[in-house]
Amino acid sequence: MSHPTRHRVLPGFRLSLGFSWFYLGLIVLIPLSSLFLRTFSLSWEEFWGTVTTPRALAAYRLSFGASLAAALANVVFGLLVAWVLVRYRFPGRDVLESLVDLPFALPTAVAGLTLTTLFSAKGWYGQYLEALGLKVAYTSVGVAIALTFIGLPFVVRTVQPVLEDIDVDVEEAAATLGSSPWQTFRRVLFPALFPALLSGFTLAFARALGEYGSVVFISGNMPLRTEIVPLLIITRLEQYDYAGATAIAIVMLGASFSLLLAVNLLHRWSQRRLEARPGA
Amino acid sequence: MSIVVEQLARRFNRGGSPAVSRVSFQAPEGAITSLLGPSGAGKSTLLRLIAGLEIPDEGRVLIDGVDSTQMPVQQRGVGVVFQSYALFKHLTVRQNVAFGLEVRRVPKAEREARVEEMLRMVQLEHLGGRYPGQLSGGQRQRVAFARALAIRPRVLLLDEPFGALDTRVREELREWLHALHERTRLTTLLVTHDQQEALEISQHVVVLSEGCVAQAGSPADIYDRPASPFVASFIGGASVLRGHVQAGRAAMGALSVTAPAAAREGEPVHAFVRPHDIKLAKAFAGAASASTTTGRVERLKPVGGYVKVFLRLPSGDEVTVEVPRSEFDALGVAEGDSVRADVRSATVFVGDYSI
Repeated sequence: MSHPTRHRVLPGFRLSLGFSWFYLGLIVLIPLSSLFLRTFSLSWEEFWGTVTTPRALAAYRLSFGASLAAALANVVFGLLVAWVLVRYRFPGRDVLESLVDLPFALPTAVAGLTLTTLFSAKGWYGQYLEALGLKVAYTSVGVAIALTFIGLPFVVRTVQPVLEDIDVDVEEAAATLGSSPWQTFRRVLFPALFPALLSGFTLAFARALGEYGSVVFISGNMPLRTEIVPLLIITRLEQYDYAGATAIAIVMLGASFSLLLAVNLLHRWSQRRLEARPGA
Repeated sequence: MSIVVEQLARRFNRGGSPAVSRVSFQAPEGAITSLLGPSGAGKSTLLRLIAGLEIPDEGRVLIDGVDSTQMPVQQRGVGVVFQSYALFKHLTVRQNVAFGLEVRRVPKAEREARVEEMLRMVQLEHLGGRYPGQLSGGQRQRVAFARALAIRPRVLLLDEPFGALDTRVREELREWLHALHERTRLTTLLVTHDQQEALEISQHVVVLSEGCVAQAGSPADIYDRPASPFVASFIGGASVLRGHVQAGRAAMGALSVTAPAAAREGEPVHAFVRPHDIKLAKAFAGAASASTTTGRVERLKPVGGYVKVFLRLPSGDEVTVEVPRSEFDALGVAEGDSVRADVRSATVFVGDYSI
C-alpha cells in the first residue's frame, strides 16, 4: 500500500469505523460478555461437567451435524436454483424468484408445523417415505430438512449476483478450447463461484446452528436423540439452571465463532485471487 | 484451411427479421478476412455460427472443405478471441494459455513447452505468473490470443478483438496482429465495425448489412468501387449530392459528372464524394469546368494534421472536404468565404437517396 491515506470522495473513515465498533459492541459484544460473566459463577470442574454430559454431547453432534448437512444441501440446490434464475427466462420465473425468499418471511414455527404435518406418518410425504422404511418426522433427518428449508435463500442470494457477473463469453471461450460442459463447470465456473458459495454456506450454516422455532416441532425433542443445542439451553433455563444454560451456550458460541472465522479466512484467501488488480 | 459459408441463415425471433439471412462467402486460405458492417448487421452472429456457438436454421459451414455445420464447438478446432477477452480470472496467464491443452489431455512436457512458445509469441513471457486482473487491456487481449492459438486451431475467429481498447493500443495491436499473421499464416476471420481496421489489415473484406452480404472483395475494391449506395455511404465518410441525368451526365446544380451507363435521361441520381476527392481553390481562380462548382465555407474544423471544411453548394447540398494543414494554410480561406470546389472523383448511383 503506497497510499495509506488515499483521498476519498466520501469522508469519514474514522467516524464510521468508530461507530461500527460501538454498534457491534452494544448489540453483540456486551450481551455476549454478560454471558461469560454468568458462567464464572461455576467452578472449572462444574463447567466441564455441565458441558460434557452425554446429553449435551449428543446435542452438539446433532446441531453441528444437521446444520452442516443442511448447509451442504443448500449449496447444491441453491446453486441450481440460482443458475436457473440467472441463465434462463421462462414463464413463472418471477414466482420462483419470490418463492426463494419465502423461508425468510415465514415465521419459523409455521415452517416447523407445516414440515411436521407433511412428514408425519399420515402426511403427504410421510406416508410414502414410511412405506419405504424412511422415518423423517421426529428423527435427525427431520431436523436436517427443517434446517435446509430455512437456509435455502442464503446460497441462492449470495450466488446469484456473482453468477450474473460471469460473462457467457467465458463459458463459450472454454467450449471453443475443447472443454466439455462438465469440465467448464468444474474448471471455470466453480472456482469463480467458490467464494460466493462459501459465503452462502457460512450464512446458511450459522443460521441453522441458531435455529430453534422450526426444529422443535419436527424433531420431537428426545434427549440424546433429537435434541438440538438451542433446545437443551431452553430446557436448562426452564429448570432455573441459568449457569448451566450459559455454560452450554458458551461452548456453542466458541465453536460457532471459530468455525465462522475459519470459513471467513478461507473466503478471503479464495476471493483475493479473483480480485487482483493492476499494481496489487 | 479456407472457410466457406453457404446460404447460412439464423433467425432469433419467430416472425422477426433474421439476424443472418442466406449469407454465402469465402474466407481464402491463409488470409485475414474482415466481416465489416454497422452494429446489428449480423456479423457477430455469423462468426458465432462459424465457431459453432450458434446453430444455423439453414445453410452449411465448410472448414477446410469439411462440412462442419453439425460439428460440436469443442471439436471444430477453431480459435476464438472475444471483445471482452473472456479470460479465466482465477487462473494465471500461464494457466489460461494451458487451459485448452489440459482439457485436450496434451502431455505435461509438451504442454509446458507450447505455453512458453505462445507466451513468447505474444511477448508476455515475463507475465506468466500474473492474474488477468493485474494486466492492462492490451495485455489481456494478447493472453486471449495466446490461449486461442495454443490449441493449434485450424482457423482463427476474432470478434471485435480490439473494440474495448483505446485508440493508441488498438493501433498498436493492429500492427501486432498483422505481424503475427505474417508468421502464422492462419486463415483468420475478423469481425469489426471499424472500416479503418478492416481496410488496413485484411486481404479480403465482406461488407454486411442487415444480415446480408452487401459486397465482398479486396479492400481496394470495396473502397474504390462500392457496389451499392450502402457500401459507398458506409465506407469513407462520403458526402451525398443529389441531381438528375441531363444530356447523358449526372448533373447536380452547376456540377456534372459521368453518369452510370444504364441511366436514362431525367432519372434522379445521387453521387457520393469522399472528403479528400474534392480540391479547393480560391473562387474564380482558373477556368471553370463541368466538374467544378462554387461553394460557401460554412464551418472550419481543424483536426490535427488536416482541416475539415464544411461547404454549402448552390444546389443546397452540403459536402465535407478534408484539406491537409499545409495546403489549407496556403489556401487562406475563412468561414463565410466563397471557394471553388473541383470534384475529382465521385461514385454515382441511379435513384433517390434516402438515409
